[in-house]
Amino acid sequence: MVKLLNPRDFSSHPGYIDKGYRSTALRGPTKPLIPVRGVSLAAPVYGHDRIAPADADLTLNGRKDAEPLGERIIVTGRVLDENGRPLAGALVEIWQANAAGRYVHVVDQHAAPLDPNFFGGGRCVTDEQGRYRFLTIKPGAYPWGNHFNAWRPNHIHFSLFGHQFGQRLVTQMYFPGDPLLALDPIYLGVPAKSRERMVAHFSIDVTEEGYALGYVFDIVLRGENAAIWENH
Amino acid sequence: MSGSNLLGQTPSQTVGPFFAYGLTPQQYGYDWASIAAADMADQATEGERITFEGQVLDGAGQPVTDALIEIWQADGAGSYAAAPGRNTRFTGFGRCGTGVLGDGFFRFTTIKPAAPSKAEAPHLNIIVTMRGLLMHAFTRAYFEGDTRNDADPVMAQVPPERRATLLARQTAPGTWRLDIHMQGDAETVFFDL
Ligand SMILES: [Fe+2]
Repeated sequence: MVKLLNPRDFSSHPGYIDKGYRSTALRGPTKPLIPVRGVSLAAPVYGHDRIAPADADLTLNGRKDAEPLGERIIVTGRVLDENGRPLAGALVEIWQANAAGRYVHVVDQHAAPLDPNFFGGGRCVTDEQGRYRFLTIKPGAYPWGNHFNAWRPNHIHFSLFGHQFGQRLVTQMYFPGDPLLALDPIYLGVPAKSRERMVAHFSIDVTEEGYALGYVFDIVLRGENAAIWENH
Repeated sequence: MSGSNLLGQTPSQTVGPFFAYGLTPQQYGYDWASIAAADMADQATEGERITFEGQVLDGAGQPVTDALIEIWQADGAGSYAAAPGRNTRFTGFGRCGTGVLGDGFFRFTTIKPAAPSKAEAPHLNIIVTMRGLLMHAFTRAYFEGDTRNDADPVMAQVPPERRATLLARQTAPGTWRLDIHMQGDAETVFFDL
């Protein structure tokens, strides 16, 4: 029964304190994490029955009386573990700014227009092949107060639960060719070797004729460790 | 162990300041159903009803008002809810953002978990994430005064002088409080699990 996960690969993840991203200074833990080995725990049971098919269509789920403004895009991909196995039943939740770079969130004060027909939240559960698919609007870039003339690259926030508690992941998906990536402390906080794993690629095969551009973003969560499994 | 044939893990990023309408919409008053809430137990849930609350504090002791706290716990009999499809009303999974109650507080109404196994002490598994945290942090809450705490296999891996950071205190009958300190002398123990 006990299948232990490979450790989080800290060489692929950002550190807790990052000189470029100011808010980390008082928020990132400073003491070493306490290693816990030999414990496995299934992922939480969430309100899967509350997830409706329409939740994956962000061009629809905030619509009042018209289509949201902006460039329609399809964002799809597979959730895999490190061993390349597709994770069926993974919970994928996203949230994003509208085409003008403005979030619905009341705290967002960016002086760009809200779109009355766009909410910006979506969620779905991966299918048997580990696939998810969202229809949405390409989010705009937006300014933030980290430093002078700071702008976040276009991005979509992702939250994932896989099969095990330890597979939890919160990340962001970026768009290929964005000139702001080279200037963004949050993106650059990730080691160079793994940054591009957060960048979706454009796919003409996913693109729908006359309707929406397609982007593919595969997500890799920690895998079950075969060696440790055999030892049990 | 970790052979080069493994795919690379997708890196973590901060949850940012604007997660609330996506992950905790109902709690923040957005018109979208939440899939998990801070009120986890109803009158039909078996077990001892408790309130679990606390403040999230940064390294300057200031409240963090844009954190997301997730808890995942066993039920009053020590069982984690089974796979999707089982008809349990108490899932054991709760979410609470710290931007509603004020002063960086979170508050769950739930039931006190029983120990999942004989070796363990009753506990809540916690995931902490927030703007300014580039990777979520795992921690736990145990219940102060439980004689099983020190022998718990996870607690036993924590240096004794830091164990108090994982002990929720009973501040009123049925109300347990655990503050989460991101930094400082009382920095909460976070796990590499
Ligand atoms: Fe964002």
